[in-house]
Amino acid sequence: MKNKMLRSVAVLVAVGLSAPVLADEDADLVINEEIEITVRAPAPDHTENLSEIFSGWVFRSAETQAMQMDDFDNPGMIGVESAMADWAAVDGSEGKSCASCHEDAETSMKGVRAVYPKWNEEAGEVRTLEMQINDCRTTRMGAEEWKWSGDDMVDMTALISSVSRGMPMNVAIDGPARETWEKGKEIYYTRYGQLELACANCHEDNYGNMIRADHLSQGQTNGFPVYRLKTASLNSTHKRFRGCIRDTRAETFAEGSPEFIALDLYVASRGNGLSVEGPSVRN
Amino acid sequence: MKHRALTLACAVTLTGAAWAETAPEAVSYDYGAVAESLSGAPGDPEAGRAVMVSRGLGNCIACHEVTALSDAPFHGEVGPMLDGAADRWTEAELRGIVANAKMMFDGTMMPAFYKTSGYIRPGDAFTGKAATEPLPPLLTAQQIEDVVAYLLTLKE
Ligand code: HEC
Ligand code: HEC
Repeated sequence: MKNKMLRSVAVLVAVGLSAPVLADEDADLVINEEIEITVRAPAPDHTENLSEIFSGWVFRSAETQAMQMDDFDNPGMIGVESAMADWAAVDGSEGKSCASCHEDAETSMKGVRAVYPKWNEEAGEVRTLEMQINDCRTTRMGAEEWKWSGDDMVDMTALISSVSRGMPMNVAIDGPARETWEKGKEIYYTRYGQLELACANCHEDNYGNMIRADHLSQGQTNGFPVYRLKTASLNSTHKRFRGCIRDTRAETFAEGSPEFIALDLYVASRGNGLSVEGPSVRN
Repeated sequence: MKHRALTLACAVTLTGAAWAETAPEAVSYDYGAVAESLSGAPGDPEAGRAVMVSRGLGNCIACHEVTALSDAPFHGEVGPMLDGAADRWTEAELRGIVANAKMMFDGTMMPAFYKTSGYIRPGDAFTGKAATEPLPPLLTAQQIEDVVAYLLTLKE
């Protein structure tokens, strides 16, 4: 398997150097010949400037697309496996593991990723999966917080995503979440940095176009966490946001900041209707 | 750099006039166009060509396709193709577009290459860290002139 992976990376690099990498924009995604993934859907009403939404998978090269069609070829699944061990491992002062409260992740976590980020009534805030995981760790297990983009955290979000694959993203943006959503929307359309570029400039006005060697997608988050071939690691949404803002020659926001939590909710809502797809594979 | 200094020196001796650079804040735009050379010196199209393709400088081909630059890999599709740009625009218009395209095309995605302030969360190049304005402009006055000289060669 490792060999096969290496080979597809080598092909990618070779193609990338000689000619623009071609994406098969009409391909459909079925994982393990079993899980059907919706990669194109009508845009939700609150996404006024798009009529159709697409998963980032659609814009990747045929080789990268193929890596996600079988869990044996998807390097992100290694993170899922490692999180399964953490799921069952007792940690912290209370002598508990995730499994002590939630039993089997495959059953108890099914559907969870599709509705996150989500308003938490008790805490009076919008919470991402990372925040919920850390809340369980500190208040229920008496364990230490995990870092936002640490391996253990990203792997755990991969496990929780993987059991919802194929279910439609459906984050709520009404009621008490509305204010956070509005704030995220404002950030999405703000032109940051010395290049004065907003998320919308690249991912709304120019998806499908090349920007130098990159084929721009709609910047959807339904595939997160994403295994990036470039860094050979699983990445959180906030890490991706940070990279994109940095590339506008701007001062970024911190991972876990209120700004990125709001942006996370807003961007997720633009993908309502696409399937949960994480861990996905991108270049 | 050395080359640039030489060109400047020549220009100054040739005209005999004092060489005066226009600072980014002092540029005056007339319907988006800028009449006078920003460096006070003529541009060098060969140097301009290098600025167009370099990621660390103009990186113009990130967004524009230019047939004459097809030896450099990866041209973007975000902006219009620049073949024949010199047939569509005058020198003053091209200078204005490169210095600050927002003066010519309201709300355009094209970055302003000769501007130092008025940014939201300006960063220190690509570090993601904060920077204080005024920032150095993305291109120097002479680099803008060089790019304009190069664009003037794009005739169909
Ligand atoms: C200068 C262009 C540019 C800007 C501005 C930009 N991005 Fe991106 N973004 C990219 C490129 C290039 C990629 C990699 C190719 C792709 O998936 O589009 C990317 C990828 C992404 C992805 C990963 C999509 C996937 O399927 O893996 C997300 C999410 C994303 N961007 C969100 C954002 C958000 C949110 C903002 C604003 C804070 C933003 N981007 C601003 C260029 C940009
Ligand atoms: C991030 C994208 C981007 C970059 C980088 C960029 N441009 Fe542009 N450029 C555009 C867009 C978009 C337009 C179309 C103007 C509009 O918004 O209507 C444009 C328009 C132009 C035009 C007028 C085109 C015509 O023939 O009508 C010229 C000339 C030009 N750009 C030159 C340059 C040069 C030279 C550079 C680099 C120093 C550069 N551009 C960098 C996006 C970009």
